[in-house]
Amino acid sequence: GVSLKEAKERGQLVFLEGLGSCLNVVFGEEEPEEEQEAKQPHPLQFLRTSFSSSGTVSDLRALFDFVRTALAPAAGDAWQGRVLLVDELGVLLSLGAAPVAVLDFVHYCRVAVCSRLQGNIVVLVHSDEDSEDKENELVVTSMCHHSDLILWAEGLATGFCKDVHGQLKIIRRTSLQPGGQHDTLQLYQYKIQERNVTFFARGMSAAVL
Amino acid sequence: LVSTEEDIYGVYSHLLFKYFLAEGVVCGHDLFVASAKELPTNILKELPAPLLDNCRNEAREETTTVTSEDDSMQIAWRYQNFPKMEASPNTSSRFGHYYDISKTMSSELIQSIKCHSFFLPEEPSLQPTIKMKNMNCGYARLLQSIQKIIYQEGFDGSHPQKKQKNVLRIGIQSLGSMLWGDDISCADNPEDAHSLTKFLYVLRALLRKSLSSCIITVPAHLIQNKAIMERVTNLSDVVVGLESFIGSERETNPLYKDYHGLIHVRQIPRLNCLICDVSDTKDLAFRLKRKQFTIERLHLPPDLSDAASRSSKPELAAAAKLLSSGRGAAAGGEKHLDF
Repeated sequence: GVSLKEAKERGQLVFLEGLGSCLNVVFGEEEPEEEQEAKQPHPLQFLRTSFSSSGTVSDLRALFDFVRTALAPAAGDAWQGRVLLVDELGVLLSLGAAPVAVLDFVHYCRVAVCSRLQGNIVVLVHSDEDSEDKENELVVTSMCHHSDLILWAEGLATGFCKDVHGQLKIIRRTSLQPGGQHDTLQLYQYKIQERNVTFFARGMSAAVL
Repeated sequence: LVSTEEDIYGVYSHLLFKYFLAEGVVCGHDLFVASAKELPTNILKELPAPLLDNCRNEAREETTTVTSEDDSMQIAWRYQNFPKMEASPNTSSRFGHYYDISKTMSSELIQSIKCHSFFLPEEPSLQPTIKMKNMNCGYARLLQSIQKIIYQEGFDGSHPQKKQKNVLRIGIQSLGSMLWGDDISCADNPEDAHSLTKFLYVLRALLRKSLSSCIITVPAHLIQNKAIMERVTNLSDVVVGLESFIGSERETNPLYKDYHGLIHVRQIPRLNCLICDVSDTKDLAFRLKRKQFTIERLHLPPDLSDAASRSSKPELAAAAKLLSSGRGAAAGGEKHLDF
């Protein structure tokens, strides 16, 4: 496996743990005005601030700034390529951010990471077939439209199975490329273990063979 | 974070709630009980009495006879067997205790642990000092209270010189109901649809960062906006829905005649691992018997064999484990802090 702890120490991995750091935002001490402005706003600042006149766009700006600074190339670092991993986008909606703000955030990240830094972004979203969460569905649909690669994990259509927990659809959006044809689709099935997932072609589960 | 979707009259979910707290008392954990509709001290007075070793055999004998007393006062929860705390330290891998709900827990036992409480109508109406935009006042004060206790009693490691690590068991009743000042259970388009989800997020953050675990009950049947319930599910570690047959057409359905309701496990915990033990059993039902509340695999009414009136141990173990697991944070060293 990969040691994330070491990566973090080397500076290769920057980890913003929302759950942990939100406690600082919510229960933190009140700081005097001047200090607050001088310091860089906390990435989860939007939890705290009341509605500003500029409306929704400013909500997640602090979060984006955090991402941008974390991934900015620094002198002397030898890391090739940049990757932004977001787990999970729907939580931002639960915390009161408007769908537009979330989409804006992703858009800004795309520009910063994909275009300027030639990096990649991986975003996790939850969805449900008969979900009534329209805001979430909006975000998910938008993500699907703009993605070059979609990894779609879902349960089996036939119901629960002990040996095959679900299937993974890999959709490459070749149709987005100039001169590209239809999207290509690959299908795998998987079984989840405690610390690992095994993938296999349909019908080739170890239990069946 | 264990979320329980209440059954329509709240009878069974309240029962689960009391069991969670009772287990805490028997394990010596500290308790924090929050409610907007019932005095926490009254809730504590109604906790079921734990069954001690010598009573356990009697209880087991009773279950083999097929009694069909539908007196709804007699309910009991049957965990897997676990010897008394004072007994030998190395025992079976299962955990939990037996309880007898026809008796209430003795007050000495309750007084042996520390209980904190939060009763919304009696809380001083100070402006909460936590900084969250547009947070419902009741929730904000509850969060503040929980955070204060966690910090003061050192559950988050802030007082390392304290003698012994312990676990805080939090129980919050009827979150999302009108009594907490939240209108999601009475309005189609609630004014503030995000207070509950924000509350749950911060609550889970507190649980992760301390030795605490929490059960909440939510009147899901009252919340019209299903999107909110989906988000509540995503924000919880374990979600269990209770559906009682009282007053529904299922009461007379012969398939369900031995049971009082169904249990839907909507989410299983995945803490520090990709998946936890998934039971094969997807259809669980519960029933009240004279002194016991059992959770069993749903099956057709038994054909007069008395073995069928007790569910097999592996199934109960799975059910009990599913419902008892899902703790909030890192385990302590002691065996009774089993997570």
